[in-house]
Amino acid sequence: MTTLYDIMITHVGEAAIAGAPRSQEPVRELCIPREVFETGARAMKGAGARLVAEWGVDETLLARGFALFACYAREREYLLVRCDLPEADPTFPSLTMKYIPAFRFERQIHSLMGLVPTGHVHSDLRPWIKFEDWPPDAWPLRKSFAIDQRLPRVAGDYRWARATGEGVYEIPVGPVHAGIIEPGHFRFQAVGEDIINLEERLGYVHKGIEKRFELLAPSDGARLAGRVSGDSTVGHALTYCRALEALCGCQPPERALWLRALFLELERIANHLGDIGAIANDAAFAIVLFQLSRLKERLLRLNHKLFGHRYLMDRIVPGGVSVDLPQDGADRIEQELSWLGGEFERIITIYDESPSLEDRLRSTGILTPELALELGTVGYVARASGQHLDCRIQTPFPPYDRIQPREIVLNSCDVHARAWVRVEEIRDSLRLIIELLDSLPSGEISARCGPLPKDSSSFSVVEGWRGEIVYWLQSGAQGEINRCMIRDPSSVNWLGLEQAVLGNIVPDFPLCNKSFNQSYSGNDL
Amino acid sequence: MLRILHQIFRTGVVTEPLPEDVESEVAIVGQRLEEAVRRRFRRSLAIREVDAGSCNGCELEIIAMNNPIYNCERFGLQFTASPRFADLLLVTGPVSVNMEIALQRTYNATPDPKLVIAVGDCGCNGGVFGESYASLGAVSNVIPVDAVIPGCPPTPFDLLNGILRLIEG
Repeated sequence: MTTLYDIMITHVGEAAIAGAPRSQEPVRELCIPREVFETGARAMKGAGARLVAEWGVDETLLARGFALFACYAREREYLLVRCDLPEADPTFPSLTMKYIPAFRFERQIHSLMGLVPTGHVHSDLRPWIKFEDWPPDAWPLRKSFAIDQRLPRVAGDYRWARATGEGVYEIPVGPVHAGIIEPGHFRFQAVGEDIINLEERLGYVHKGIEKRFELLAPSDGARLAGRVSGDSTVGHALTYCRALEALCGCQPPERALWLRALFLELERIANHLGDIGAIANDAAFAIVLFQLSRLKERLLRLNHKLFGHRYLMDRIVPGGVSVDLPQDGADRIEQELSWLGGEFERIITIYDESPSLEDRLRSTGILTPELALELGTVGYVARASGQHLDCRIQTPFPPYDRIQPREIVLNSCDVHARAWVRVEEIRDSLRLIIELLDSLPSGEISARCGPLPKDSSSFSVVEGWRGEIVYWLQSGAQGEINRCMIRDPSSVNWLGLEQAVLGNIVPDFPLCNKSFNQSYSGNDL
Repeated sequence: MLRILHQIFRTGVVTEPLPEDVESEVAIVGQRLEEAVRRRFRRSLAIREVDAGSCNGCELEIIAMNNPIYNCERFGLQFTASPRFADLLLVTGPVSVNMEIALQRTYNATPDPKLVIAVGDCGCNGGVFGESYASLGAVSNVIPVDAVIPGCPPTPFDLLNGILRLIEG
């Protein structure tokens, strides 16, 4: 099959210049003129590629203007497409007509970087992440913006999507929700019980993470990456470290790679246990929640005993890992997981044999395969809607090239499928962990990470428990961090939720939402 | 149904007593609680959790307090869906600029007398996020705080000890 890289060159012609991102993933880069940015997108769409992310970069400190990036992916190939924007005219052709998720990315680029999407119909320039009470010309990701300034609140207005007509009413929910969850605002339009539209409004937990990275020494970034979304601390720290190591040419020892995969799978099991329980609980089947949270707690305590932290925060560091497996660690993990696996199967049998639960979960919150692809969803959300997407399989880094995960794809596209993908993934992760422990190499657990090369960039992807996490890291003229772009799986999967709830009844929204369980913090940054 | 009953009986009670030697790092920063307040809240405390900008790590542990092993309801601690019913706000941070107003409104919607605990390193002092254009840092920068429970994130034991110590004066 022709690569995306070649397809792009065919369509934009001689003007394309190859870039050289550093990466351990199969990624290439092309710099193309702004005029053909949309042409390129059309070619990518035609080739069946998905839009992974779109982001802006301020390169004024590197004596250039702004740059705009779009990242496309198809199967095991990633393609970064860059176009340069002059400082005096920071506009770019919108990709919204080609790719739906582009509208969120572009709203965010416009809000935080002040680059302006133009073209046929970019009618939606409402602020995103930034709120309407910020000064409109406050662009935090620009170099000219000081991170520690306090912005005045200004009067502003946010135009919500509205539905009118007889019997249509609106339900605003949030930002403070009823449960112990993160803040965000959902606005429903409903007729009777049926949801006819849902509009999400996120950004409440925006903490300025991407900007904060630019102030940190590269080696300190892992700690911050580990707190982009606390439940994915391993996934984010690992993706950041892989980007950093690619940039400075550091190769962690094999034992560290195995331990990182061990941490990643432990994180996957712990979160999936919590999620399956929470989904059942939202269908009033509390026993599954309490039983599974008992297993999750046992796993967290094992993490704490062996590695010193219940969620494994700060255990992945640039160059390797910060903690080794204790002498008898492998035996203790195997014992505990063998017990856990047995209990899990008993509970899942109860789950699986309950017709009343099935009645709530089946055919609820359907995200069709076409939409899952169109929206560029990733992780279990995509796999429950028939998409073959798992970075551990498509772009495996060691040890996943040797210890292969099973591909788990379901086709019923509903809440049940999203829960059941997790069930199968827990089973598979239990197997992977045993194989990892059986083949654990001996030796060092970390290598030294040297300074960053000047004016260079790197790219990394990791399949966290929620799906594909993407980092793009760029060094500046002094070898400092010039830009750290983070794309949590939530940034694309939140779009899926808006579509999946349509036509469902309002009381099923919590169930649909739990089955997605996307991160607010990872999205808002 | 039989399977459910069987699983319940084979599991038994898994709730653990609180270890006496767990060191609590709770620092009471507010005034000593009045005797009347203590009598009023004792053993029946309604808590409203407010995520004012956290990374969701603290939420994981607050949720874990409710699991059958910690079973916080045995102490009369109960999480409520509305601040209107709450005696205590458990606030995680750092307080983002975009959550400032919602946090103030939640605080105002909570009837007096009320208690506020700032949870986690970020709630205590801004943590890794610090203060910036987007983050106001510590919870106490936005609403009055009676006690803090540091940790990244604080464990369920830290949380239980912190809350019990505050309400028992």
